[in-house]
Amino acid sequence: MVTDNKPSLVALNVDGVEYQVSAGANLVDALASIGKEVPHYCYHPKLTVAGNCRMCLVELGSPLRDRATNELVMENGKPKIGWQPKPAIACATNVSPGLHVRLDSPTVKACREGVTEMLLLNHPLDCPICDQAGECKLQEFSAEYGRGYSRYVDEKNAKPKHTKLGPRVTLDDERCILCSRCVRFCNEVAKDPVLGFVNRGSYNTLTCFPGRELTNNYSLNTVDICPVGALTSTDFRFKMRVWFLKQTSSICTESSTGVNTTVWSREGKIYRITPRRNDAVNDTWMSDSGREILREVDAAHRITAPQVRGAAADLESALTTAGEILRAGAVGVVGSGHQTIEEQRLLTHFTQATQAKAYVPARAGSADGLLISEDRTPNFRGALLAGLTNRAADRDLSVLKADIDAGRVRTLLVCREDVTTLGLDATTLAKVRMVYLGLHNDATAKAAEVVLPALSVFERSGHFVNCQFRVQSFVRAIPGPVGTLPDVAILARLLGSVTGQPAAFDADSLWKDLAAKQPALADLSPSKVPSDGVIVDGSAWANLSFPEGKLLKFAPATKA
Amino acid sequence: MAVKVLERRPLSFWERTYLPQVLGGLRVTWRNILRPSVTLQYPEQRPTIPKGYRGVPTLVRDPNGREKCVSCQLCEFICPPKAIRITPGEIPATAETAHVEKAPKEFEINMLRCIYCGLCQEVCPEEAIWLQNQYSMTGTTRAEMVNNKARLYELGGTLPDSHFKWDHKKAESERQAGGHH
Amino acid sequence: MENLLNDLLTSSGLIFVGVRGVILIGIVMTIAGYAVLLERKASAWIQGRLGPNRTTLPFVSWIPLIGPFLRLGGFIQPAADGGKFLFKEEPMPSHVRKIYYVLAPIVALAPALATIAMLPFALLPDGTALALCKGADVGVLLMFAVSSLGVYGIALAGWSSNNKFSFLGAVRGSAQLISYELAMGLAVLPVFLIASAPGSDHGLNLTAIVASQEGLWNIIRQPLAGLVFLVCIFAETNRHPFDMPESETDLVGGFHTEYGAFKFGLFFVAEYGHMIIGSSLFILMFLGGWHILPGIPQIGTGIIATLIGLGTFFTKLVLFLFFFVWVRWTIPRFRYDQVMRLGWNVLLPLAVANLVLTFIYYAYAG
Repeated sequence: MVTDNKPSLVALNVDGVEYQVSAGANLVDALASIGKEVPHYCYHPKLTVAGNCRMCLVELGSPLRDRATNELVMENGKPKIGWQPKPAIACATNVSPGLHVRLDSPTVKACREGVTEMLLLNHPLDCPICDQAGECKLQEFSAEYGRGYSRYVDEKNAKPKHTKLGPRVTLDDERCILCSRCVRFCNEVAKDPVLGFVNRGSYNTLTCFPGRELTNNYSLNTVDICPVGALTSTDFRFKMRVWFLKQTSSICTESSTGVNTTVWSREGKIYRITPRRNDAVNDTWMSDSGREILREVDAAHRITAPQVRGAAADLESALTTAGEILRAGAVGVVGSGHQTIEEQRLLTHFTQATQAKAYVPARAGSADGLLISEDRTPNFRGALLAGLTNRAADRDLSVLKADIDAGRVRTLLVCREDVTTLGLDATTLAKVRMVYLGLHNDATAKAAEVVLPALSVFERSGHFVNCQFRVQSFVRAIPGPVGTLPDVAILARLLGSVTGQPAAFDADSLWKDLAAKQPALADLSPSKVPSDGVIVDGSAWANLSFPEGKLLKFAPATKA
Repeated sequence: MAVKVLERRPLSFWERTYLPQVLGGLRVTWRNILRPSVTLQYPEQRPTIPKGYRGVPTLVRDPNGREKCVSCQLCEFICPPKAIRITPGEIPATAETAHVEKAPKEFEINMLRCIYCGLCQEVCPEEAIWLQNQYSMTGTTRAEMVNNKARLYELGGTLPDSHFKWDHKKAESERQAGGHH
Repeated sequence: MENLLNDLLTSSGLIFVGVRGVILIGIVMTIAGYAVLLERKASAWIQGRLGPNRTTLPFVSWIPLIGPFLRLGGFIQPAADGGKFLFKEEPMPSHVRKIYYVLAPIVALAPALATIAMLPFALLPDGTALALCKGADVGVLLMFAVSSLGVYGIALAGWSSNNKFSFLGAVRGSAQLISYELAMGLAVLPVFLIASAPGSDHGLNLTAIVASQEGLWNIIRQPLAGLVFLVCIFAETNRHPFDMPESETDLVGGFHTEYGAFKFGLFFVAEYGHMIIGSSLFILMFLGGWHILPGIPQIGTGIIATLIGLGTFFTKLVLFLFFFVWVRWTIPRFRYDQVMRLGWNVLLPLAVANLVLTFIYYAYAG
């Protein structure tokens, strides 16, 4: 595996051409880094090497040395290469200095053709109904390295076509090529060994251990890493072909881990969410529960239109009414870790303009030590960087309740938080006039005088700062409900109605403002945030106690 | 490339008067008047449809009445004017054709968009969509011009099958069931 | 009965003139309608089609033999066309100059109908011509003058439509008319020169011109004048290959782009009206009028001779209208500069030369 410290480069000779690659790297990865593809099924960069698919067979060799003198043997003025008599698998080979590789020799081609033919012997070839079609390695490599027709005249094996391995995963045994990626994932990453192979020869079959099911919260990763269509997501099964789906880079909002994701949508409807590789955050994994977040887009209790005093209103009049309410003074602001750093910055300006006190409540949950952390908001660190708060998240809103009861807060702006679950009961809320910018028609929405529709993470763009203080960007995948505006636009309108001047809400000016006011974000702008995020200096808040414990790629700082 | 200049032959006196040409033209049209007409009296006379004619795209069943489409959506993908819209669906486990697993829940071809190119027929891996002899599609509303699944099967009918691939597959799996140990 | 027919044909009484006028307009409109049918049928035949063969009326279709004949021949089609024009929605674009826009089709049609009043169709038993306004010595001059007014309809339509394509069509129409009027006028002068031999007092009387062709048609005596006049009447009637004001490939619909329904129908009838006038003039001046063929003496006497002359004239008219259609579906449209060059550089010098030569011939040889 590639280590974090800068690896030294060594020469690798591929088909007679010299390249520089990282020393000790796996040969498949090393060749990929110089743009050479070695077809493979069982090898996965984040799992141990099994070497059972034999697809990555290549010819290896190294310069010969004279046994007596240890001098290089020369031939025609060049070092003579001693080629190994048999091909070897690239995935079980690490790069060593002077290694020579043949990728397109007749032997290698014959190997690939033979392996492909063997894998296709019992393959049902039901690509028309297979959900993997379009992203299937077997399909791609058969087209590229296969012979194009079958010489097999015997009957194909018939195996079970839909075995339920667990609540979310369905297995089609006929398509399985026994690469064992799913088995290794469950053993090594999910630490829930429930999968294994039974029987021998062509009856070799993937199955769950007797009495066990693939129920763990990472089971859908087996579907992602399955190189063929054997493991399928029960939810996505037969819903839509992948080639119709638009891929958008996004960030999982399940917790402060900030798992990188890809959102697959077509014509405004999200069909699935898969992990996006980020070796510093989530490798190539994500939780099953994080994939369920797409349900909130079409949830029955979603707020899709503004309301004023319980009646549907158009956005313009709702914003006007909200502005009137917020100009009354004695304002309290409830921000959220679900807001982007841009929204939090605008909210900070709002609190400064109204001399309001800001509260950012915590959303705590249990962690699993992998990709779900204790802080179940994706962007609490953003609230710190944006200046919305400078203390650890409030466990509940008892301070705000005291302020309301004492009459110090008579007007409330609540963003994306159901405050009724945080200690503000109906009698307390009855004492204030409330504007709610929210996603769901919850108890807070019922108590609010003006309800403004917020957009889900899939419907807006912005930046989140995860528990590592890593700024990561996400992009809008689908349009929001008709007649809605992005949260930044709504917050800018509310800020403008308080200050009397229109407020800018484009990403560039917000980031200029952030970079000027926040030393940790100096020199940063949206275009400078790479696809795998960028870590900013969070030492200013080192003395705050954050709830996160150890995760897959995160360890809490040890207090001095 | 070399440019070759061709000298144009100068026109003769009569050619310059243009009159012989006019008279020649009148002669041509006069001869056409005397020729029989080629018009087909459409609603009463129907054209003979040549082999390989590309008419209205339809969905067909195999001789056993099984709907051939498995909603792979390749036709939807290849369709240049985006006339096809498929909602994929799963065949219930209790159905006789449950082993096919997948069938369209809804299949719509918008005949206002269709350009009769035949790419859908060419791309279909199940030989389920055919452009047959039907050439006259009319309607008084836009909705009428969208053929839904029921109408597509009504138009398509049954075509002979040379493979019966799904039937063979079912027979094989039934024969092998529990029999190889 | 015979008296009434006689009165109807000859009397100068106001009532009879009025009735003659109404009948004449009816006949002309009918001929125009059937000229459209002729156009549609002939173009169909030339293009290997059948043409209109569906329209029929319930009671007509029940008649054996005649019913199918009328249907297949499309003889009821003109009525259907007219009915369609009448009952269509009358569109009035918002950007037009309303009064002139409505006036234009009327201005286009009125000269066509007015000119026909001067046309002699046959010789009456008393030696005068059968015409609405008979015996006008200035007949031809008046006809040229009035029929040229038709272009005002085109100019007015193009201008009031407030549309650049319409306007271009109108300008082209006006320029073309002016260009060909000259050559046309000069081309017919030799004809009058022959008819008005020294000592006669025929002036510009068309009846006399027809009479002068009893022995030999003018087309044989004056082939060049006939050719120039023929080309000019094609240009004057805006027919192919001279339909510059319309030229749908470059001007959408030309001067009548913005017109629809009955107003367009009026333009349409006006075009065919002009065709009838042009054909009639050519027949009277070059093709012997109501004489059957050169050298064949008058058949019958009295009113019978008149009716035979009338039949001869209308037969020639139908054949000439067919010639118009035949040419239209044969020759492609000229380019505009070609039209201008043909008019000014070719036809006008030819007409002048022909006039001068004829003059010299009659002054010295004759």
